[in-house]
Amino acid sequence: MDKLQLPSISYAGLSPMLILFGAACVGVLVEAAVPRRFRNSVQLTLSLVAIVAAFVMVILKHDLRIKTAAEAIAIDGPTLFLWGSILALGAVSLLLIAERGVEKGGPFVSQAAITVGSQKDLRQAGGQPGLTEVFPLTLFALGGMLLFVAANDLLTMFVALEVFSLPLYLLCALARRRRLLSQEAALKYFLLGSYASAFFLFGVAMLYGFAGGVKLSQIHAAVANPAHSQVLLYAGLALVSVGLLFKSALAPFHVWTPDVYQGAPTPITGLMAACTKVAAFGALLRVLYVAFEGVRWDFQPVLGTIAVLTMLVGAILAVTQTDMKRLLAYSSVANAGYLLVGVLALNKSGLSSTMFYLVAYGFSVLAAFGIVSLVRDAEGEATHLARWVGLGRRNPIFAAIFTFIMLAFAGIPLTSGFTSKFAVFGAAVEGGQTWLVIFGVITSMLIAFPYVRVVVMMWLQEPNESTPAVSIPGGLTSAALTIGVIATVVLGVAPSPLLQLANNAAQFVR
Amino acid sequence: MTDFPFLSILTLLPLVGALVVAFIPRAKANLAKQIALGWSLLVLVLSIFMWVAFKVDGDRFQFRESYTWIPTWDAKFTFAADGIALVMLMLIAILVPVVILASWNDVDETKRSVPVYFALLLAFEFTMIGVFAAADVFLFYVFFEVMLIPMYFIIGSFGGARRQYAAVKFFLYSLVGGLFMLASVIGLWVVGGHTFDFSHLVASAAQIDPNTSRWLFLGFFIAFAIKAPFFPFHTWLPDAGGAAPVGAAALLVGVMDKVGTFGILRYCLPLFPEASRWFAPAAIILAVIGIIYAALLAVGQNDLKRLVSYTSIAHFGFIGIGIFAFTTQGGTGSVLYMVNHGLATGLLFLVVGMFVARRGSALVSDFGGAGKLVPVLAGVMFFAGLASLALPGTAPFVSEFLVLIGTFTVHKAYAVIATAGIILAAAYVLWMVQRTTQGTLNPALTEIPAMKKDITLREKVVVAPLILLLLILGFYPKPVTDVINPAVQATMQDVGTTDPGPTAVANGKVAP
Repeated sequence: MDKLQLPSISYAGLSPMLILFGAACVGVLVEAAVPRRFRNSVQLTLSLVAIVAAFVMVILKHDLRIKTAAEAIAIDGPTLFLWGSILALGAVSLLLIAERGVEKGGPFVSQAAITVGSQKDLRQAGGQPGLTEVFPLTLFALGGMLLFVAANDLLTMFVALEVFSLPLYLLCALARRRRLLSQEAALKYFLLGSYASAFFLFGVAMLYGFAGGVKLSQIHAAVANPAHSQVLLYAGLALVSVGLLFKSALAPFHVWTPDVYQGAPTPITGLMAACTKVAAFGALLRVLYVAFEGVRWDFQPVLGTIAVLTMLVGAILAVTQTDMKRLLAYSSVANAGYLLVGVLALNKSGLSSTMFYLVAYGFSVLAAFGIVSLVRDAEGEATHLARWVGLGRRNPIFAAIFTFIMLAFAGIPLTSGFTSKFAVFGAAVEGGQTWLVIFGVITSMLIAFPYVRVVVMMWLQEPNESTPAVSIPGGLTSAALTIGVIATVVLGVAPSPLLQLANNAAQFVR
Repeated sequence: MTDFPFLSILTLLPLVGALVVAFIPRAKANLAKQIALGWSLLVLVLSIFMWVAFKVDGDRFQFRESYTWIPTWDAKFTFAADGIALVMLMLIAILVPVVILASWNDVDETKRSVPVYFALLLAFEFTMIGVFAAADVFLFYVFFEVMLIPMYFIIGSFGGARRQYAAVKFFLYSLVGGLFMLASVIGLWVVGGHTFDFSHLVASAAQIDPNTSRWLFLGFFIAFAIKAPFFPFHTWLPDAGGAAPVGAAALLVGVMDKVGTFGILRYCLPLFPEASRWFAPAAIILAVIGIIYAALLAVGQNDLKRLVSYTSIAHFGFIGIGIFAFTTQGGTGSVLYMVNHGLATGLLFLVVGMFVARRGSALVSDFGGAGKLVPVLAGVMFFAGLASLALPGTAPFVSEFLVLIGTFTVHKAYAVIATAGIILAAAYVLWMVQRTTQGTLNPALTEIPAMKKDITLREKVVVAPLILLLLILGFYPKPVTDVINPAVQATMQDVGTTDPGPTAVANGKVAP
């Protein structure tokens, strides 16, 4: 009997995660030690420094291709690319989260435990500074996402799933305004998320029974061996997929999306729409490409049907929405469908184009939610579509930015929305999934209508007295908007560098 | 001189102008107008130089430039012009300054920003030039979609009644077409060897599986048929043309719709020769239906702007049969028709606009005997109408005649039916002219002071170049046909058809 051997751990490779988790722990201490009025700036600085440091580590280690920590974590091209994406998008989300200039006290409640509607609640709504625990929570969530996309066995993946989900459940409940809606959203997200986690875990158990291990490479090897039980394989694959499809907001597991997106504080909605999508699709890519590549012919039609369903549901229901945040939520559902089209190409360009799409979409959607957080009246954000009428006359600059983002979502050329759609559709045709592309094109036509309608409302209709003013953004929101718009333009006009980067990174280690 | 990067400069020039004009403060409206006009004249001058530099007996594609853009997809900024693109570029360059001058006071009375309007017109010119100058399928697609945006805001912000409805309908129709094309562009990229370069794709066109090729053709064709528009995809045009400000409407039907027919000639035919032949009968039937159906609807219109829009749909039917007849006369006639129609319908739209500006209404029934108040303007309208119905001596006659003989040699029945469209054209034009300018004077007109003012100097300057061109090209179209002919013959060779029997027009040299 050998002596127990400690697995070798590449600390340098894991450093981005370690930095984030470490900074999150320090953030918790900051809550205890630093006086309240300094906390926001201290926390923001700490979080941003941590993210930048992690990002720098990703860049320094960009050619690392290893499996570490007893093969539990794979640090390869896709991991590093997705890490970079999550960190970049997370930094922009943090800017929105930290904004205190738009609403007095910021977008978060000052004490989550205050009873809704009580005297204390009115006082906190009047401008008491918001919770700063959101920063460590966000860092934990981001750290969990990094682990999620790097996890090379299903148990690590499950742990990561919980690590990034729990902070998100909490963050959803912390809106300063419309707190009941926010709490309802959090509860809904939590309950449904727990179901999804349970499905995932059950699937992991089945796959363990099937392959005799939870490592993706073991499953890959077992798939190639017909002696193993096919029932366990398909049941396990299906159940694991349910968990991942839930996080990716793919139909029919998307029903939480509009409620949660609407109820959550807008910066958190942005975080979920941008970073959670990257994490969820990153994990989906790894699981499908690394572990189940051998049964592609079996899951391709099923997931293809789901992609079609998602695109249709997202596009059709977006048409009927009257609330801006819900509209963006359904648009994000439809975009999840396009992403799945890219995933199902199941070739190298499918991988790289999906990763490119995630980055492009993330920046645009953050800019969109940034604008949503600015359009407000005395009651908080004015998200009803009717309230956006004539915004172009009142605030041409913000209306122009939002128009641009809408056109990007509609896939008009010279925006990142076009190049990214082109990339995934091209990959899918190459991968023999032309039927998905046809549905993708048809749903793009459908979903153009709500986008155009928003543009019409903002520019072509006269403002009325219920048109809210757009708040002058603080420096942080301005920075986030600027980054989002610049990324949308640059990735639309000159996508080559990022495409090339994604291409070079598009190889999993097995 | 041919080394001069004409096309890229020509494309970018209006964009720079649009940006300059957009940033002029609202208070300095006149400055914005002057700069916009000056800028468009600059484009015109450059285009004339380009026309002179174009070698009629030279290569099919000239002024070729290529710059790297997205190497991952092999998409490049490639510009090149054949004779067909050249005449279209010339048409744009002529029409835009004319339209800017014609729209001089259109925005003044509204609450809207004058500089923005003229900036949008220049932005529109940028996308138009780009779409005709592109020789890279990806670049073409980009311009094809982007050109919607300036026109959308022109219609939506500066249009008349129902402008929102018209703008959204216009945008969505075009976008739907564009997305069909996007699917085909992607497909073409995959089966064509991962390139967007037009000449490479044409060279490998024969290797595409015929079945795939038909589907790809269909994606392109639907986009172009919506844009042109052909029956039954035409319903957006009367709304857009009716709601757009007249200047923009003149550009919309005069130039933008030609992108559809140009696209068929430039992309559908050479890239999918077999599919083009396969679909040709269906396309011709649609075109013939369009000629008759739109002409009948035009007869029944009471709104002048919608009426002109319907006449355009009928004319696009002629262009369509000319293209799909696959004869050199038909093709040359179609391209010439595109130019002449731009001039004639542009003129008609602008004259109608002058009437509408005076009367404050576009309804035929609100006029009557207007010729007694504004005789010269009424005369211009009569001339524009005659040009529109292709009276011999005006330029459209030449092209319509070429299209019909080109079609007659291969499809006698369709040519005969299409000829009936000429009779209907006479009906709708003459009836319109009669009801607006002839007959007893509508007493309501005399109460409007503006109706007593005949054509102004500015308006004379607007209509003069168009009238002159219509007459000159009516008697001596050779300079234009000489440019078009080689390009059309090369296109027909790509399709793989030969003219039946002896041809009347055979002096062009076929490009290698």
